[in-house]
Amino acid sequence: MTHSHHAISARSAGHLACERCGAVFPLSDEGQPCTRCGHKLRSRDMRSLQKVWAWWLVGVMCYIPANLEPMLRTRTLVHTSEDTIVAGAIALMHHGDYGVAVIILIASVGIPIAKFAAVAYLALSVRGVGKMSPGRRQHLYELVEYIGRWSMIDVFVVAILSALVQLNVAASISPGPAALTFALSVIFTMLAAQSFDSRLIWDTLGDDVQNDVPDADLQKKERP
Amino acid sequence: MIENATNGQMIVCPHCDALYRVRMPEFGERAVCKRCHTVLIAPRAHAMIRIVALSVTNLILVIAALFLPFLQISRAGFSNATSLMDAVLAFATGPLFVLSLAVGALIVVVPMLRMLLSIYVLAPMAFDRKPLPASRRAFRLFEALKPWSMAEIFVLGCGVALVKVSALAQVHLGSAFWMMCVLVVVVLLQDNMMCRWSIWNALERRK
Repeated sequence: MTHSHHAISARSAGHLACERCGAVFPLSDEGQPCTRCGHKLRSRDMRSLQKVWAWWLVGVMCYIPANLEPMLRTRTLVHTSEDTIVAGAIALMHHGDYGVAVIILIASVGIPIAKFAAVAYLALSVRGVGKMSPGRRQHLYELVEYIGRWSMIDVFVVAILSALVQLNVAASISPGPAALTFALSVIFTMLAAQSFDSRLIWDTLGDDVQNDVPDADLQKKERP
Repeated sequence: MIENATNGQMIVCPHCDALYRVRMPEFGERAVCKRCHTVLIAPRAHAMIRIVALSVTNLILVIAALFLPFLQISRAGFSNATSLMDAVLAFATGPLFVLSLAVGALIVVVPMLRMLLSIYVLAPMAFDRKPLPASRRAFRLFEALKPWSMAEIFVLGCGVALVKVSALAQVHLGSAFWMMCVLVVVVLLQDNMMCRWSIWNALERRK
């Protein structure tokens, strides 16, 4: 595999950086506490993959009841209904609200499943599975980390609805057990992504043989 | 905060472990990792005092939004208003009270704690004082809590709830909703200003 970027990994140059605060030390300091922030120095998190798979598994396990049990209980004068995530979206389609139904399906079903798949793929890729370049895998990882928290929106919607729609006999909404399992699933998936040591992605490139340490690129920042 | 003493020092990309020598960027410039394009250093003029100011703003907004109405609905003569506090307590009765704790933590406690921590760490340095004791531990906690601060997600959740309820009853946005919208913008500005490498360096230099 050829690559044009001139980078040398700290590890192959005999250095390591504190994962917490970024201070740089010689590789021989591994295992010592960081002199700046006190975090234990590790060049790579060797148990990273074990932790990823453990969180991933409990995340998947929580996601199953989150889809089988009701998320919301809606009671109006005329009827009471208990809706799972998918049933709620289908009900919206019957009302003709296709746009909202599609958004809910993507946010509550599509994105969680895609996250499980992405985390599993990243963990497997470190072991040599798949052909995606390290740069693309890094992007995938950042995407998963960024999007992961947003899945919590479903739980917040349930909380808002349950607090808001309390109109005596006219209408009321209360949370179902799936709200809890869904929240746990999101939290565990976030922990799985956080446990992943992204530096492992780049180790598959092998060591660049280079004598000098380059400068980082300087870019003009566009005004926000 | 620009000092030539940092030039030539080593810096490692936290995402891909690439090693570089520091060339300190000017204000408005940033140092970027060559292979994974992670921003390594992005100094901003007067960053510390501005971050502290934004933190104070945020604190005031969250405290006000806690008790003011957020969304109001009415149907068939009945009406109800919800504050942030009510949303937190939505699960408080019954077996889902754990969820109440979690929601309260994610949308109120963690965001407020982060603001307080940032003021504690940065305010003394913004006024050229020595950092307060345990500042490094405080900044560590501030960074670790970042993904768990979900006020902005909650604001979007309000939008979704609005759409869902509109079929059932009439909905109005309350004053707290607009405060939370401002809060989202302030949080984004603050994230944009935060250069963790510079802050860790300053913490080390001024002990």
